[in-house]
Amino acid sequence: MERFLAVLHARNLEFFRDRSALVWNLVFPVLLVAGFAFAFSGPERALYKVGTLQAAAADPAGRAFLATRHLDFVAYAERERALEQLRRHQLALLVEFAPTPRYWVNADAPAGYVVERLLRAAGADYPKETVQGRAIRYVDWVLPGVLGMNLMFSSLFGVGYTIVRYRKNGVLKRLKATPLSAFEFLAAQVVSRLAILLAVSSFLLTSCSLLIDFPMHGSYLDLLLIAFVGCFCLISLGLLVASRTASEEWAGGVLNFCSWPMLFLSGVWFSLEGSPQLMQWAAQLLPLTHLIDAARSIMLDGATLLEVAPQLAALTGMSLLFLAAGARLFRWDID
Amino acid sequence: MPEPLLQAVNLSKRYRDLVAVDGLDLAVRAGECYGLLGPNGAGKTTTVEMLEGISTPSGGEVRFRGEPLRRDYAQVIGIQFQHTALQEYLTARETLRLFQGLYPRALPVDRLSELCALGSFLDRDTRKLSGGQRQRLLLAIALVNDPVLLFLDEPTTGLDPQARHAFWRLVEGIKAAGKTVLLTTHYMEEAERLCDRVAIMDHGRILVEDTPARLLRQHFDGVLVRLPESALPAGLPFAHERRHGQLEFQASEPEAALRRLLDHGVPLDGLYIHHPTLEDLFLKLTGHALRS
Repeated sequence: MERFLAVLHARNLEFFRDRSALVWNLVFPVLLVAGFAFAFSGPERALYKVGTLQAAAADPAGRAFLATRHLDFVAYAERERALEQLRRHQLALLVEFAPTPRYWVNADAPAGYVVERLLRAAGADYPKETVQGRAIRYVDWVLPGVLGMNLMFSSLFGVGYTIVRYRKNGVLKRLKATPLSAFEFLAAQVVSRLAILLAVSSFLLTSCSLLIDFPMHGSYLDLLLIAFVGCFCLISLGLLVASRTASEEWAGGVLNFCSWPMLFLSGVWFSLEGSPQLMQWAAQLLPLTHLIDAARSIMLDGATLLEVAPQLAALTGMSLLFLAAGARLFRWDID
Repeated sequence: MPEPLLQAVNLSKRYRDLVAVDGLDLAVRAGECYGLLGPNGAGKTTTVEMLEGISTPSGGEVRFRGEPLRRDYAQVIGIQFQHTALQEYLTARETLRLFQGLYPRALPVDRLSELCALGSFLDRDTRKLSGGQRQRLLLAIALVNDPVLLFLDEPTTGLDPQARHAFWRLVEGIKAAGKTVLLTTHYMEEAERLCDRVAIMDHGRILVEDTPARLLRQHFDGVLVRLPESALPAGLPFAHERRHGQLEFQASEPEAALRRLLDHGVPLDGLYIHHPTLEDLFLKLTGHALRS
């Protein structure tokens, strides 16, 4: 235990004194999220968007409503698509003029109330239906992805690269000559990085909440657990990559080879819904997919731990696999 | 003779088609400083790493106090590697703390600082140390667990003469404290000053092993005389050897050498007479210089 603590302490000091790495770990993701917030959530226009179906067949009251100034009317051909937009607060209200006139509002959206009053004032006495759904902006959707991506890079490179560098420059060989066991050494690396990542993630989430008003419908504790399990899995993958090579170039290549597919297939930037089935299956093999899926479910849908159990199980299973293989392949030095 | 502290029995190490160490035997006695000398590629580092328990022999055995190496061997030895990096962003003191934490028993930092003269740079980042300071810190790390047996692998390579002499004084202090030292080196002066016994190895084998004085007595008779080949293109009119542009012969004493040269009317321009050193012995035994 003392040996483990000695290595842990030294590694933590090294991390916090390496200013360049620290800055990149903390500042880069905040900048990224701030950039998205700026790009996607510019000033709200004081204009309400109303979806219409079969507008040509409108009755006199309907035509009066359609003549309302400062409303943006968008004609839809498919009702389902329009309803989806309404659920996501992209529309304030949806009116269908034929065969039977009726309208929908989102019970959760304040804009719906205002536009509904305008519709009534125009004399349209249509039956009302309600839908529910929370507003999700792209920046809200992408935030778990960006945080997950940051965890991925920091886990893979922070552990993998460091160990390869230690092996290359002889730090590992020096440690091998002491009573330190490989397990103690690796455990200290993992714990150090895990603690740092969780602290950094908490800091990032706090910073992001100051910059943008993102939704959090689940428990922060659950989110932390997801981050913990996800990081552990990615760090294990980093250990596996770094288990015996002493070439930083080789390790860097392999780590990039691991991280780029995750960057595109794990749903950091866009959803894979509707993409080829093969791609979706492939994505299931990537740890980051499960990490981001679970984080999104918790943040956007308020999912409980039970609901993200499949993702937790997948991450744990992969961690065990990576750790077992990494421990088996590990070498202190190049023979 | 008492049982040796450390012993190699028919030790060998093979890498694919290369035999780095080839059936080597040696014995280090408790309390002595044992020097392992050899040119680059002789197998010194490979041998030492097997003795340190860092690498596994392909054949033969290393024994400590008469028994095969056990798991706790790492706790009773100290190693100063030839090439080693220290973890970055730590001060000398923090580096020592790290290594203290790895052993069940450790010397206090103050004691290590005193033994290795670290006082002036204990709180400096290890990347900012000079060559000599760095070697002293590496020596302190090797001593952190108060080892019985200390391995020094070319500890003064790359140091300036002043730093080298300072380092030797530290090693002499450590010897005086009763520690057994196994030293590899390129420098004959270092071996002659520090080592009680030396072994000269080449091609993975030990050629000779004894005290420096006895080795020189066994292999040389008196003094070595050298003359530049350029001054005597035809060579000497009596038995001699040619080596690196020099003509060389042995004589029982300087007077005898001079008489012989004068008798034959050899011009004495560039004459050099000296007592043989380990360097000469090495040349004689292996045919190439230690620092080639």
